[in-house]
Amino acid sequence: MSERRLPPVTQLGMLSLALVLVAGIYLSAHLPQHVSLGPAVALLAASAVVLVVNLLALARVDGFAWGRFFEIGRWALLAYLVIAGMIEYVFLRNHTSGGPLVVMTLSLLVFAVNVPVLVGFTVARYD
Amino acid sequence: MAHAIASPSGAIENAAPAAPERPDFQIVPRAGLPIVAVVLALLIAGIASDKLWPLEFLHVVGGAAWTVIDLFLGFVLGPIMGKLSIPARVEFTTRLMPKMVLIMPTVVTVTLAAGWQLSTHLGTNLTVNPLHGWVVASFIVVGVMAVIALGLLEPANIAVLTELKKPQPNPEVIERLMKRFIYSAGATGAMQVATLVIMTKLATG
Repeated sequence: MSERRLPPVTQLGMLSLALVLVAGIYLSAHLPQHVSLGPAVALLAASAVVLVVNLLALARVDGFAWGRFFEIGRWALLAYLVIAGMIEYVFLRNHTSGGPLVVMTLSLLVFAVNVPVLVGFTVARYD
Repeated sequence: MAHAIASPSGAIENAAPAAPERPDFQIVPRAGLPIVAVVLALLIAGIASDKLWPLEFLHVVGGAAWTVIDLFLGFVLGPIMGKLSIPARVEFTTRLMPKMVLIMPTVVTVTLAAGWQLSTHLGTNLTVNPLHGWVVASFIVVGVMAVIALGLLEPANIAVLTELKKPQPNPEVIERLMKRFIYSAGATGAMQVATLVIMTKLATG
């Protein structure tokens, strides 16, 4: 199958996902007790940077099927925002607040954006 | 369908004169959405109640479904799918995979959210709890499975279905994506063995 060269979107997406999941695991392993936010913030920032780099690399691809990417991605985004919202709810229910809540919320947001990018890319690359 | 669908074993099989028919299907079965909504409503109610039985029920039922589906798909259905005839594989795929699009994210969300609330209720998420290490181990196993499932398995699932929706599906694309789906299902299935070890330890104390 002849294929045009594409940036490693899946690999970078999985890396970003892994970083943000480690941030979430780190927070979850300490909550509801006091947790030092430094490692979680560093992991979240690294994950967000990889996500942005991934999107920028994808944006530079000529002739990419953006219509298909957004067609699939928007529904996946809706689904994963609901999933992230459910996880956010359970932390709110247990009175998570302040810094840990902000980091957890941003981590869930990065998670919820990463999955649609991965799904949308995998579909659109074969369009 | 003008093209034959390739086998996951790697061989591209020639198009038969009578091309396999693709049943009409929805990538996301809309009939299942109300069921998902009901399950999520039960999850919200269970977490809000913070009572042991609903939380235990949601976590055990969701977790059992997740584990069994992963193991069954990875080690039983996956190898069978690889050996099916082309028409059978196409029909099986178009009937099974749309359901997986709804079932897996739902059972995973129910298991994780109810599980966190359950561990809060039982106190196993406190670092002083003797079982805390096992709880953290379960987070790590789930994290690894999530990266594989969300990075490889779920995108392949959606992409196969999207490809099969096309008037002229590309057999090589289907082959590549099905391989990816079956191998990643096998990997998450193997990880589920670790989940079983951890959860039975947590249940017995």
